[in-house]
Amino acid sequence: MSIFLTKDSKVIVQGMTGSEGTKHTTRMLASGTNIVGGVNPRKAGQSQDFDGKAVAVFGTVADAVKETGANVSVIFVPPKFTKDAVLEAVEAEVPLVVVITEGVPVHDTAAFFAAAQASGKTRIIGPNCPGIITPGESNAGIIPADIAGQGRIGLVSKSGTLTYQMMYELRDFGFSTAIGIGGDPIIGTTHIDALRAFQDDPDTDAIVMIGEIGGDAEERAAAFIKENVTKPVVGYVAGFTAPEGKTMGHAGAIVSGSSGTAAAKQEALEAVGVKVGKTPSETANLMREIMQGLSK
Amino acid sequence: MDLMEFQAKTVFAKHGVRTTVGAVVTTPEEARAAAEKIGGRVVVKAQVKTGGRGKAGGVKLASSPDEAEEKAREILGLDIKGHVVKILNIVPAAAIAEEYYFSFLIDRANRNYLCIASAAGGMEIEEVAHTNPDAVAKISIDPATGVDEAKAREIAVAAKYPADVIDAVVPEIVKLYDVFIAEDASLVEVNPLVKLEDGNVEALDGKVTLDENADFRHPDHAEFEDVSAADPLEAAAKAKGLNYVKLDGSVGIIGNGAGLVMSTLDVVAYAGEEFGGQKPANFLDIGGGASAEVMANGLEIIISDPQVESVFVNVFGGITACDAVANGIVQAFELLASRGEHVAKPLVVRLDGNNAEEGRRILDEAGLAGLERVDTMDGAAKRAAELAAK
Repeated sequence: MSIFLTKDSKVIVQGMTGSEGTKHTTRMLASGTNIVGGVNPRKAGQSQDFDGKAVAVFGTVADAVKETGANVSVIFVPPKFTKDAVLEAVEAEVPLVVVITEGVPVHDTAAFFAAAQASGKTRIIGPNCPGIITPGESNAGIIPADIAGQGRIGLVSKSGTLTYQMMYELRDFGFSTAIGIGGDPIIGTTHIDALRAFQDDPDTDAIVMIGEIGGDAEERAAAFIKENVTKPVVGYVAGFTAPEGKTMGHAGAIVSGSSGTAAAKQEALEAVGVKVGKTPSETANLMREIMQGLSK
Repeated sequence: MDLMEFQAKTVFAKHGVRTTVGAVVTTPEEARAAAEKIGGRVVVKAQVKTGGRGKAGGVKLASSPDEAEEKAREILGLDIKGHVVKILNIVPAAAIAEEYYFSFLIDRANRNYLCIASAAGGMEIEEVAHTNPDAVAKISIDPATGVDEAKAREIAVAAKYPADVIDAVVPEIVKLYDVFIAEDASLVEVNPLVKLEDGNVEALDGKVTLDENADFRHPDHAEFEDVSAADPLEAAAKAKGLNYVKLDGSVGIIGNGAGLVMSTLDVVAYAGEEFGGQKPANFLDIGGGASAEVMANGLEIIISDPQVESVFVNVFGGITACDAVANGIVQAFELLASRGEHVAKPLVVRLDGNNAEEGRRILDEAGLAGLERVDTMDGAAKRAAELAAK
């Protein structure tokens, strides 16, 4: 088991024929993902070769879904076209849409998220995220599949490289699912959504959650943990040294006045019993102790 | 990108919002000329991208051109929360009857838009919300339906704007929403929104934050960039397409991925406590690719920062393998040498993840002067802080 993505997931790639799409489709296929098609209206009816495996290209998401039964779409199209691509997937009622693209205008995200909410059929992950991996089963996005294997830790993170770093540190334990939710001001799947799913997943024993400055998602996650999560949670928050009013790489990573600080997030998490590491390694060690305790 | 008041009002005017843009000047003499042209009493307003200008003495009334020049002289050069005043906005003094508060912003928690409005204007809204929460209306906006006249009326009533201004304020709210959407703003704030003695409603001030991700559909937004105020290193980095933020410490930082770099700054600051409080000198995310050219450009910016005493390159090889990153570093040294520069400051490199061993071997064999390899993030941060303290 796992969350949101399993070995039975049938994945299509919007933007598969572009350079990023091609590169990462190759990688996703190599890690065992069941890629059933790509979407490009100008190349409909053709197929693209990935190291000897031919993947069909469809003109629309709806056609791809109809022909293949796809239930996941990974989006690599440039920011200018991302809104229309996501809206197309939402209209085709694709249950899971993973938006890798960085640099999507926030009003575009607000619009496609509102459409997904209104339809009630689609979960969006991202934008500006590395995607989601259920090691050994399926990989929808750009998380390197060889960092860590299957295990019983669930990981949810705003940051891509910190996802990789944490998977690497805990590679001896492995992961049920690791999900990068992205660092934009509006994201389709939040820490809370992932925490709820990990809590309900019988194959996840403990959860690492990685946050960063900006907004109050970590504070709200802390309140959620207090009421709803019984599995052990270890946290890490990046950005203690970030100055007020400066965007730190991610569009959503900004301390505004006194709100969105790392200190406030750490405090909120610790107040509900989440152990928060000072560095990524220390955080990994906290999780290591928990996993060793659970196996006794 | 935050806009200055006169820029925000220019954007408002473009969308038909009632406001007075006035004159934009940079010298006391120009202030006098502007006041003469406007006639009567004027307000001299500092143009800085921060709040609390009034309290800091950055907004002054002048009853004559002489006085406008005098006030301009007082305000120019003033340091308001670290922002030095270089530009003034001269506007006719308005006959204000009442002041209100109004804003549209991105609601991160609910993942839609929020309108905050109050009949108590002119002061900090956080303060009003704290002392008199009932006076502040928060109305959720569905991005799918937006703000039409009916929604604007709902907002005006919820804000408890007086009955006699509702008809005048409703069209202004609709136009402010147009600014929010059409200009790709993440914040549109009017404080105060005023009722004038003639009954009209006007945006007396304006604060707008534009979403830089949407620059591709707003080529005209480039003119709002305040090149003079930017840190020269930040400006140089931006010209090279680097994601760089100048800080005030001594340990230069290069890393891949925004989260990892933020984390690196923190880890360096912790490690630095042991060495007389060494702190990170900058944020620099070279992204997933980490090519030799990007690495060279990054190193070039960082070593040109006179505050930097040591450099910490922290890379986790995810998509990009560490051997490629190591080759990038070696080539970056060569590239810098070819540009007539060399890395005179000690460099600590931590490579981990995909193909780390090969990457480390490449660095060891290259034997670059001043480069040390430490294989853990915490250990490398400590060494970089130690070297900066020397």
